[in-house]
Amino acid sequence: MNTRAVVLAGGLTYEREVSLHSGRRVLDALRHAGVEAVVLDADSQLLGRLAELDPDAAFIALHGSAGEDGALRDVLDLVGVPYVGSTAPACRLAWDKPCAKSALTADGVLTPEGVALPHATFRELGAAAVLERLVARLGLPLMVKPAKGGSAMGAHAVTTVEELPTAMVGCFGYGDTAMIERFIAGTEVAVSVIDGVDGPQALPAVEIVAADGVNDYQARYVAGMSTWHAPARLPGDTAAALAKAALRVHEVLGLRDLSRVDAIVDADGQIYVLEANVAPGMTETSLLPLAVEAAGLDLAAVCRDLVVRAAARR
Amino acid sequence: MTGTTHDDHSRSYAARAHGMTASEVRALFSVANRPEVVSLAGGMPFVAALPLDAVGSMLGDLVTDRGVSALQYSTAQGDPVLRELICTVMALEGIDAAPQDVVVTVGSQQGLDLISRVFLDPGDVVVAEGPSYVGALAAFAAIEAEVVHVPMDADGLDPAALAAVLERLLAAGRRVKLLYTVPAFHNPAGVSLADSRRAAVLEVAARHDVIVIEDNPYGLLGFDEPPQPALRSMTPTGVIYLGTFSKTFAPGFRVGWVLAPPAVRDKLILASEAAVLCPPTFSQFAVVSYLQTQPWQEQLKVFRELYRERRDAMLEALHDLMPSGPTWNHPAGGFYVWVRLPDGVDSKAMMPRAIAERVAYIPGTAFYADGGGADALRLSFCYPPPDRIREGVRRLATVVEAELDLLHTFGPASHTPTGRPGAEHTRGRVRADSPGPELA
Repeated sequence: MNTRAVVLAGGLTYEREVSLHSGRRVLDALRHAGVEAVVLDADSQLLGRLAELDPDAAFIALHGSAGEDGALRDVLDLVGVPYVGSTAPACRLAWDKPCAKSALTADGVLTPEGVALPHATFRELGAAAVLERLVARLGLPLMVKPAKGGSAMGAHAVTTVEELPTAMVGCFGYGDTAMIERFIAGTEVAVSVIDGVDGPQALPAVEIVAADGVNDYQARYVAGMSTWHAPARLPGDTAAALAKAALRVHEVLGLRDLSRVDAIVDADGQIYVLEANVAPGMTETSLLPLAVEAAGLDLAAVCRDLVVRAAARR
Repeated sequence: MTGTTHDDHSRSYAARAHGMTASEVRALFSVANRPEVVSLAGGMPFVAALPLDAVGSMLGDLVTDRGVSALQYSTAQGDPVLRELICTVMALEGIDAAPQDVVVTVGSQQGLDLISRVFLDPGDVVVAEGPSYVGALAAFAAIEAEVVHVPMDADGLDPAALAAVLERLLAAGRRVKLLYTVPAFHNPAGVSLADSRRAAVLEVAARHDVIVIEDNPYGLLGFDEPPQPALRSMTPTGVIYLGTFSKTFAPGFRVGWVLAPPAVRDKLILASEAAVLCPPTFSQFAVVSYLQTQPWQEQLKVFRELYRERRDAMLEALHDLMPSGPTWNHPAGGFYVWVRLPDGVDSKAMMPRAIAERVAYIPGTAFYADGGGADALRLSFCYPPPDRIREGVRRLATVVEAELDLLHTFGPASHTPTGRPGAEHTRGRVRADSPGPELA
């Protein structure tokens, strides 16, 4: 009998649009590989539909809080539907970028120097005073991004002190805590990790060259706005170190099945890990599918194998 | 290897296609359709108020009785019977027109496209109210024209300001071809051009040899007064008039029209033929049937009462719930309230917070071709029922309060577009931040 899967996509988050694209791509891949699959939105119909369909496994293509903060995975555990991807506790850790950063730093993984501060801190201590000391300590340029969330939404590179308040306001629109980090100039890369029969495997790194140097929402999701190199144009030893770092992140954060680690390689070959994603984008312009292709693998087969692995956990 | 852009045609696009990109703001709109979100964003007519059973049987009869014609190609100018009926509709706003001067279009949006193709070369200037209808800005951008905004106040376009802008542009050697205006219940500003200003606006335009494009989707949707005479009723030349059945009947049929002087009309017909061969015959016949067999003027009263009730609900909720700081107008018709935010609050930066609070609106930036409008937003009262409108405004008030709190902490936002340079409109760029058609 065929494996039967549901692909969860959509959701009520900022990343709904991206998620719907990812979901469609995963659906096509699974069907191509002979898996019976349908897409379901994360809405009030979901639990009823899951009970009705009784799928062998769920493929979570939800981005943003719904898919990545662990809550939905807790619910899937509750109703006994196995899913592709990390457990709820691991998601909670990866989703909270400051916590994930602390865990990684404690393990010796290099990340950009920075702080995570809630709006309340700026309000209580005075924004100007705090920002002044931030700039004095970290220098410019800086990267400002929400402590939770993805798709580069609310993320701004800041090159002057004057731009900082506007970037902070833009960032706080997406959440109550902002991460302000030293901007690391270098080669932007993403390494996808997929668990297989022999354990986690790092796929070839994908290098992102944004058309005008800003890897923002448009650069990520509009075909033609960026150039992607897979594998990344890195020396062999750097590529190997990068793969090792990604596997380390996957392990330290307790991730499972698939993840994507975003990093910067600076001019000296130093690798700075930016963040880990538990529900990597699967759109036409996303990085994991490119890495799969660069590894000589077939996306349909990869998705099917992940679903079969998840189904076996039932 | 040389890398991939995921677009094999990236070197082949016309220059004007380079701005046709998605944006963070546009992605946020995709959440607006979820039922949990109170959408005050979309300008969707409340078609559920139509007598759908009667319309259904009317459409059935149309196929049964006249299917052979209704399902066939027709002429580019449009069905002659429909054009006669359109003249009777326009007569309600004082327009004396002949059916042979009417060109039926695929919604008035196609009328805007045809006018742009016929009149505008890249670099030509269109003057328009600031703010202006997002669909018109897109049509002008597609032809690589530049839009220059003229400020408006509670009485609509200011003729003195219009004259000043035109003189400045002409002195700079710019070719100003068109004045695009929505004089009745403006989208998005909600105001109407005062009677006392109408002759002056026409005079200023004529004096500077600028053709007036009068776009009038909402003229028959006034809540208090009978319709004002259209600008076109005041002069048979110098004004090209755009009408639509999208708000008086239903937008799904995509039937609009252009009323133009004969020479212009002939060019519009040829341009339309090149674009669509003919407007949809079935839709045209459906509108004819509706106008001939249904009490459409009574239905207009139903729409007016429904929208008046919703306008009242929105104004009352804004008054009761909004913190001090924002201001808004009191529209006497149409679909929209234009809200001005306190200095330093950015309606675009505020959007993700609004989505998190489950309310949607259109940021003012969508209605400016020059990057302006961050200090304003548009609310639509046409679609949600009154209790949802109140709930939406309650959520919006929470969002505005949080933004005021941020403003207090960080000082006024610079209103500099954050993120990608060039995402705002420049000549020939379709603006990435504008909403899709269902929200326009």
